[in-house]
Amino acid sequence: MSANITVSDLSVSFRSARGYVPVVHGISFSIRPGETLALVGESGSGKSVTSMAIMKLLAPAPMTRIEGRAVVTDNQGNPVDLVALDEKQLRHIRGNRIAMIFQEPLTSLNPVHTVGDQIAEAIRFHERLSKAEARRRALSLLEQVGIPEPAKRLDTYPHELSGGMRQRVMIAIALAMEPDILIADEPTTALDVTVQAQILGLLRDLQRKKGMAILFITHNFGVVAEIADRVMVMYAGRIVEEGSVLHVLSSPRMPYTRGLLASVPRLEHAGLGQAELGTIPGYVPDPAAPPAGCAFHPRCAHNKPGICDVEPPELVEVRAGHQLRCSRWQELCLEGGVR
Amino acid sequence: MTTAAAPLSVFATPAWYQNRTLRRFMRHRLAVMGTVMIALLIMACVFGPYLLPYDDLKIDIRHRFAAPFTGDHYLGTDALGRDTAARLLNAGRISLLVGFFAMVISTVIGASIGVIAGYYRGWLGAVLMRIVDAFLSFPSVFLVLVLAAFIKPNPIMITVIIAATSWMEIARIVETEIRSLRERDFILAARMIGASSRWIMFRELVPNAIGPIIVAATLTIAHAILLEAYISFLGYGIQPPLPSWGNMLNSAQQYLGKAPWLAIVPGLAITLAVASFNFIGDGLRDALDGRSDLK
Repeated sequence: MSANITVSDLSVSFRSARGYVPVVHGISFSIRPGETLALVGESGSGKSVTSMAIMKLLAPAPMTRIEGRAVVTDNQGNPVDLVALDEKQLRHIRGNRIAMIFQEPLTSLNPVHTVGDQIAEAIRFHERLSKAEARRRALSLLEQVGIPEPAKRLDTYPHELSGGMRQRVMIAIALAMEPDILIADEPTTALDVTVQAQILGLLRDLQRKKGMAILFITHNFGVVAEIADRVMVMYAGRIVEEGSVLHVLSSPRMPYTRGLLASVPRLEHAGLGQAELGTIPGYVPDPAAPPAGCAFHPRCAHNKPGICDVEPPELVEVRAGHQLRCSRWQELCLEGGVR
Repeated sequence: MTTAAAPLSVFATPAWYQNRTLRRFMRHRLAVMGTVMIALLIMACVFGPYLLPYDDLKIDIRHRFAAPFTGDHYLGTDALGRDTAARLLNAGRISLLVGFFAMVISTVIGASIGVIAGYYRGWLGAVLMRIVDAFLSFPSVFLVLVLAAFIKPNPIMITVIIAATSWMEIARIVETEIRSLRERDFILAARMIGASSRWIMFRELVPNAIGPIIVAATLTIAHAILLEAYISFLGYGIQPPLPSWGNMLNSAQQYLGKAPWLAIVPGLAITLAVASFNFIGDGLRDALDGRSDLK
């Protein structure tokens, strides 16, 4: 089966007082129908910028520069490159072939319109439909996203709903046109843990029914394990490790991924004298002044001067479908630093 | 924000008390007074002329300068023996209508320019806001007088002229409001689902800025009524025999010593109307701002 979205060599730079600062460096990936790709990284690693660049929701041309290709299928079944489209053409793709849900469901809904109106309008942007017909579709969407008493909820305002309900409404809006690709930018971060699990379950169900591809952005490995098929770890605007969830979570090879995994709190460690939580020292580098060599070497426990701070490592395939970016990965494997 | 309406309803509160905005407005005494005043004024101007025994244009030389509360002319008569009460109420119709329509026109112009400038920013926003600045730096009374000198002064033209010189404040308020609103997530979400710029401006942004627009519009009525009074007083506005509060003042000035009520009556009407609209504006400002509950 061909991919629903193919991103190749996507780079994003922001204009600053001293020229363009690259924030995302040549990212490539594709997602097949029914597949979920998780994009993981710290704040400032460029994961949200990547998704906004694909949707072309960043500030327009002189402020940002987007290079590369992001190919999706348009309504007629032809491949189109989102990067090359103008705003008017994009309007027919956004919300129709590709949709997005955000972290904060309260601020993503317009406070002055009812939930039903907002869903109905999302449909009417793309389809000639009477208001009554659009309202019926909105009702069935609310039902599909598991909102109790959907007929009653149509006429409520966003502030009258709980966080989980609001996120369900956002999902209903995003899925109104049955898009091929759903970008979920930390959709559960602002929610309670129990609600989180419900929303993840809902996304998985809807994905199974509609066969859409999901790009799931998160910094939570628990969520990754729950929903993703493949993981892509980003650091300083580059993919540093990519592979199946099984490979990456059970045997991470790149020291950054391992650091991230070590910093996940685990209940089973709490009582066993291992309460010390792993942290990665330092901060994400300033994109305007990146370190020489591997972008991660100043924070890396396995940093070897002369190797890591000289040549930026390439992305290499260490086994089928598992790639990473580290100059010393073979040595680190032998040292037994990796399970 | 919570909706704790149901358990509260065990207390016997009137229905309007459930609405926070209305409740805050009702707590603003001057604003309530202003609303009542304006309601009375409008009713008097609409129905009054039918109830009064005299026509506002009927000249009766034998009863010139009748003092108020003496004969059957409740507010006396003017230099031509016309009934002041009838003239006042008919003038009120014109003055209030001019004020209202000037407000409508200037709100539409100002809000549109403000929304476009705030949404697009960049060179378009800069050019629009510099035009606003240019209009603001021009003394509007003189601008109105110059324009009025060239245009046939009927009520419609006066309305247009007043509107043309009072939309800038609204444009500024709306522009600031839209600038901050457009950075909110729901605007991003609207773009995400394929909304056009026009949709985002007028269906997503404007409804969220309606509070400040209403407040500014209310204050603009007061301003327009005052401006109409200025230019009519100076003789460039509504032309006699058609009465307006401004030109009643104008014709009263030569008899100030002899018949002071001719100036006091329309002067009082202008002051009452303008002050009431200003009070309503203040009340609305507090009522529409949720934070004023904390005070």
